[in-house]
Amino acid sequence: MRYIEPHGHMVSRTTDDYIAMVTAGCQAVCEPAFWAGFDRSSAQGFYDYFCQLTEHEPKRAAKFNLPHYSWLCINPKESEDLKLADDVLALIPEFINKPNVLGIGEIGLNKNSRNELTVLEKHIQIAAENDQLILVHTPHLEDKYKGTRLIMDALKNDPRIRPDRCVIDHVEEHTIGMVLDEGFWAGMTLYPESKCSHSRAIDMLETFGTERIWMNSACDWGISRPLAVPHAALEMRQRGHENNWIDKVTFQNPISFMSQSPKFKIKA
Amino acid sequence: MTRQQVLDMYFMDARHKLIDLAAFLDRVDRAPGDNDFRMKALKEALKHLESDHRDRAAKVLMTFSDPTTTPIPAATTKAACGAWPGENQG
Repeated sequence: MRYIEPHGHMVSRTTDDYIAMVTAGCQAVCEPAFWAGFDRSSAQGFYDYFCQLTEHEPKRAAKFNLPHYSWLCINPKESEDLKLADDVLALIPEFINKPNVLGIGEIGLNKNSRNELTVLEKHIQIAAENDQLILVHTPHLEDKYKGTRLIMDALKNDPRIRPDRCVIDHVEEHTIGMVLDEGFWAGMTLYPESKCSHSRAIDMLETFGTERIWMNSACDWGISRPLAVPHAALEMRQRGHENNWIDKVTFQNPISFMSQSPKFKIKA
Repeated sequence: MTRQQVLDMYFMDARHKLIDLAAFLDRVDRAPGDNDFRMKALKEALKHLESDHRDRAAKVLMTFSDPTTTPIPAATTKAACGAWPGENQG
């Protein structure tokens, strides 16, 4: 098979993971900026991280013949400190024109606080001013439903933002319908525990269709599986889905979305 | 897939998860102390499993969800706990 990993935090993964992904058919990996598992102490930490995402990690991936793309932001988990957030946002223009940067992400909300929303709105403004794609992180568990609604409202409040240039990630059964109904792309993140399983993701595809939707592993420093997408493809085959149906969700759809950035060079 | 094929593929897994859930409830009951908002939400969510509607997963997720629409004043933690504690208990 062939597939795109549209959301993987490769700075947290090993070279063995790169080998496994390429061996399984991965054609490109896309890496949103995210929380490191601890709060960075200053904007300088983000400067180094943005260098890692735009310079070092693409070289590491290239050793395995895997194109690497990235997204820039300060994650909502670190958005409560508005001064830090402003300092980090000020760094983005220096990196936004790097050849592997596809847009602003993963922005969004975590606990749905006022400051998180303020920082989200500032990210949206940067994306709009620079005509960038947007990749959205929605909150987890009990905070997802409320956060998804707040995020969609913030995106819709800016008339320069087109929903079909935004992917709202980590959807589940109670949020996928409203995301697709509003014209956004939806990302389903496959977790080995606590959140969406392969089976449920395939159920959602069978229920809501395969337009404007992708699946990803969001593999990071926590319990996660870099091969979640090809494993889900195996389960799709076990359910009797045709290869072209699987290919659309795991390969063609991510390309359709990300090709809206002229920097994305993978062709369907 | 036919219903028979779905059952053949997924019944054992669902049975396993159901028994695990039953054992969890037994474990909680054996332990000294009081339940909290999470157990209350879980027992409420269980009611949706008896429904004949085909949106049980969404209904269960909504039972655990914060239904309010206003941002909270400030985030005091990063992690979610799995169930909404209520308007004045967050």
